[in-house]
Amino acid sequence: MQSDRGIFSAEHIISLCDLPVGKSAVINSIQAEGMTRRRMMDLGLVPGTRVEALRISPAGDPKAYKIRGTVIAFRREEGSKILVNLKED
Amino acid sequence: MRQRSQLNGLDYILREVSILNPNGSLKINDAVVSKIYHKAEEITQRVVTRREKPGVDWDEKLDNILTSRVWGFPSMLLLLGVVFWLTVAGANYPSQVIASALFWGQDRLSDFLYWLQAPAWVKGFFVEGMYRCLAWVVSVMLPPMAIFFPCFSLLEDLGYLPRVAFNLDRFFKTAGAHGKQALTMSMGFGCNAAGVVACRIIESPRERLIAMLTNNFVPCNGRFPTLIALAGLLVFGLGNSLATTAVVVGVVLFGIAVTLAVSWVLSQTLLKGVPSSFTLELPPYRKPQVGKIIVRSIFDRTLFVLGRAVCVAAPAGAVIWLLANIRIGNLSLLAHGANWLNPLAQQMGLDGFILMAFILGLPANEIVLPILIMGYLAAGAMTELESLQDLYHLFVVQHGWTWVTAVCMMLFSLLHFPCGTTLWTIWRESGSVKWACLAAFIPLGIACTVCFIAAQTARILGLV
Repeated sequence: MQSDRGIFSAEHIISLCDLPVGKSAVINSIQAEGMTRRRMMDLGLVPGTRVEALRISPAGDPKAYKIRGTVIAFRREEGSKILVNLKED
Repeated sequence: MRQRSQLNGLDYILREVSILNPNGSLKINDAVVSKIYHKAEEITQRVVTRREKPGVDWDEKLDNILTSRVWGFPSMLLLLGVVFWLTVAGANYPSQVIASALFWGQDRLSDFLYWLQAPAWVKGFFVEGMYRCLAWVVSVMLPPMAIFFPCFSLLEDLGYLPRVAFNLDRFFKTAGAHGKQALTMSMGFGCNAAGVVACRIIESPRERLIAMLTNNFVPCNGRFPTLIALAGLLVFGLGNSLATTAVVVGVVLFGIAVTLAVSWVLSQTLLKGVPSSFTLELPPYRKPQVGKIIVRSIFDRTLFVLGRAVCVAAPAGAVIWLLANIRIGNLSLLAHGANWLNPLAQQMGLDGFILMAFILGLPANEIVLPILIMGYLAAGAMTELESLQDLYHLFVVQHGWTWVTAVCMMLFSLLHFPCGTTLWTIWRESGSVKWACLAAFIPLGIACTVCFIAAQTARILGLV
């Protein structure tokens, strides 16, 4: 996805797991395959969906996100396979 | 068209799809799901009106405490601690009441058979064998479950339990397991069979199997009385309940360590190829529906588990009675079995009767100690001793127990195969005999190895 960076001048593409708590971003694409991909799609993680990072576990992982009105937690492994567009303030 | 007639409709369509869309490269699924969600969004925007957000977001306030860096773990320990305390403290009295009621019933049954002038073996087989075993299991099992399961359901209904999984997931991830295993383990303290059923909440197949196969490393309420009695023996000289509690807590912590270790090994070996994924929903908190909780926990969990236990306890009672009362030469079958097992058991720091009691206790862990006492006393029916003093006298003075025997029996009780009800449940839940067998033999192997190492180390170091 490196090559995509130039296209969005005001936006960054980052992994969902790197989204700071309190910030929100829009799903760009899902890199996961198989069962995990299926599960993510079922949760409504389709490109264009807005996601907000809500909180982080006291143990440091997983992280909880607000997706379509529900709160879902992903581990770093899952979160790194979801790319989001983050608008710079 | 000739092909079409050979294949049925669905197969034909799937074939066409695989030709048009080799290896899913067109991402048809994605397109379909995206379309569905966008359409749904469009419709909801038109027809759903949302109320203004309330001034205070209670979910967020609660989560800021219950999953915070500072208060997350303490609040979790406190809540689970309260549930366990309520269960242990609250179950004692009802247990005694039920026991005395059921054993009163046993006396009446005996009177009735006496009045019928039934032969002695009929009374022995049905009353001292089947009925007594049943009464035992019910009176030990029912009260803790009737307290523990509603408390647990209350936390579930509040929406708190997923937060426990959220807090603890990292430790389970390191072991190759799912954070929700913390919940199935907590459920296992009530009953391993219920813990195994609870594994349904884990969607990922690999992690679900791990949780099922390791559930018996948390002691269920059938094993707690045994562990408490043995811990009492171990610190007998000290004579205080604080030391007993410390020993039991130590045993439980060791069980949790074994759970994580075995989970890790399973995820690296046997279950390596099984697919896995992680998502965890944190639903909003809500006001618990107390009536519903009580009904649901009593019917779905308590009676369900009790029903299965009763199905195995009655036949088990009959078999145990036969083994204790059929004699070859001077000894009962039970004693012959114990003598035969003795050399093996000694290597593991146990003795033949202890191992025999565990084997016969397969249907229900509650009856292990009563069988052992029956064996030592060469009695014909399962027996309980009134006090720790009596237990000390029988085990230590008469049968040469050392502290190593007590430690090894506690370890064996913690680690050995799950009870018959649990194995049956694993078979039902996993749908395969293979996993049920592994669920029995993996813990058995671990229990034997750990006891062997403990006993031999103690002997080599000259501690006994």
